[in-house]
Amino acid sequence: MILHRRKILTAGAGLMGTALLGGCDRFAGTEAGQRTLRVGEDANEYVQRLLMSPTTLAREFPASMISPWFKPNGSIDPPDRGYRALAAQNFSDFKLAVDGLVQTPLALSLADLRALPARTQITRHDCVEGWSCIGQWAGVPLGEVLKKAGLKPQARYAVFHCADTLEYEAGPKGGGKGRAQGASLWRPTHPGAVREAYLQLAAADDWGGPATATDAPKDDWGQGSPAPEPEETRTPIRYYESIDLYDAFNPQTILAYDLNGKPLPVSNGAPLRLRVERQLGYKQAKYVMRVEMVESLAGIGQGGGGYWEDRGYEWYAGI
Amino acid sequence: MAASPALEAPETVDRTGRRWFYRHPLVIRLAHWVNAAVLLVLLMSGLQIFNAHPALYWGATSTFDNPALAITDVQGSDGRSRGVVTIGSHTLDTTGVLGLSKQGGIEVERAFPSWATLPADQDLATGRRWHFLFAWFLVLNGAVYLLYGVFSGQLRRRLIPDGDQIRDFGGSVREHLLLRFPEGTEAKRYNVIQKLTYLVLVLGLLPAMVLAGLAMSPGMDAAWPWLTELFGGRQSARSVHFIAAGLILLFVVVHVLLVIVSGLVNNMRGMITGWFSLGRDRETAR
Repeated sequence: MILHRRKILTAGAGLMGTALLGGCDRFAGTEAGQRTLRVGEDANEYVQRLLMSPTTLAREFPASMISPWFKPNGSIDPPDRGYRALAAQNFSDFKLAVDGLVQTPLALSLADLRALPARTQITRHDCVEGWSCIGQWAGVPLGEVLKKAGLKPQARYAVFHCADTLEYEAGPKGGGKGRAQGASLWRPTHPGAVREAYLQLAAADDWGGPATATDAPKDDWGQGSPAPEPEETRTPIRYYESIDLYDAFNPQTILAYDLNGKPLPVSNGAPLRLRVERQLGYKQAKYVMRVEMVESLAGIGQGGGGYWEDRGYEWYAGI
Repeated sequence: MAASPALEAPETVDRTGRRWFYRHPLVIRLAHWVNAAVLLVLLMSGLQIFNAHPALYWGATSTFDNPALAITDVQGSDGRSRGVVTIGSHTLDTTGVLGLSKQGGIEVERAFPSWATLPADQDLATGRRWHFLFAWFLVLNGAVYLLYGVFSGQLRRRLIPDGDQIRDFGGSVREHLLLRFPEGTEAKRYNVIQKLTYLVLVLGLLPAMVLAGLAMSPGMDAAWPWLTELFGGRQSARSVHFIAAGLILLFVVVHVLLVIVSGLVNNMRGMITGWFSLGRDRETAR
């Protein structure tokens, strides 16, 4: 009798659980659900910024704690022609563009950047997936570059445009900025999956990278592709990220050109990557080609402020 | 009879001679059920997050070649994949549940199976959204419970063992192991093992869980570096968070089993309406 009742209860609890969690997935799929789930992010940003000041530094570590191998993640070998051409010349032709809401737009070579004041820091890189590595970064504080360019009063965010293509927009070039729905593309779901996407797409010859590819995406950071351009049918989506001025002028926020005392390897973002030490790994944009100052993130990608942000991840990645 | 205020709680006797007392105040009942729902969402979204990098380490960083624990899939010599859990140098075949499991009839390589994660599909971004929103609910609900508990005196009355209970600790363990539960007046208070378990949970495990979670946040690490240091580094904090989740799950399983065997209906009625029956014993018959 009791056993019977127990069975019914167990089955009932199981059913309720299934219904509840199935409901959870449905809820998360709706717009209202998405909005609700984002409330936690706002709360985290608000509270964490109460607990620190713009100049609070992330912890720095002794050299003895540097990880023997700094795990490269996300893009590790951008297949883009423009990037490959720069890499082949050891980035001697590289110029970082600084534009948007600035007084003086800049184009800075690596030599120019190295001539600016530098900062070296040994910090821990925390990936959104859960792992951590410690590395020594050297670079120019972003604040120095922005001071050199001079901000216009409306400037609120720094947007980082990168060299690495992660996927293509669906439909013909210029055909709307919407989500690549229905595209036959394999879409990465988290940074670690990008590598798999590269392999799959390279194998499928559906990628802009291989030298045999017929399409050479035009660089949108104004450093035209070296090869004559055949007609492009797809619009590449390259990595992009953004931070606000609170983080942009933090002394540890640097455009890093060295890792562990050597020029940044391609797998870790050569020639230049962002370090925003109080946030997760996906904010640390690699292959930075252009810094654009903007008033609002609405016009960037789908408006989330970054490649992963437009795919559901938090813009404020302090947790 | 020992002098414990809990034992002197007022009671009423209904027409059939059954003794009743008001066991759980409304705030505690609400906090209990909110906590139960929130912990379920946190557990399942936590497993989703774990699946993005299903390995644990000790210290500040990840020693990728040498994880303390890893849930992966390996190719067997027969060419078939197996799900394995590796703890130090020990390997356990967990095919079907951990490392390799079926989702919609298809074998997929994932640490925790889809029925255990929120969302069911591999979706780290949404898992994080659920986790961080519900972490706030856990903290707010916990704060309400603790503030109420401290200021109403309920925490002390309910969870601090009485002198006689401490003196008879051995006897209480014996009764507990024999699944003999107190009846009548004695059922007005938790037994000593219950009290200590709840204390460890509400003052130990749950706060440790929240702190270990915060210690993993790079923002918190910048604001409060001592917190991450307290756990011995970010990866240690992640491991502690995982182990604490396991212990809370263990608590829930034992708790639910004991609720069932010690009088499911009476216990559930108590936690839903507040009213708990002390039975129809000799004291009332007299």
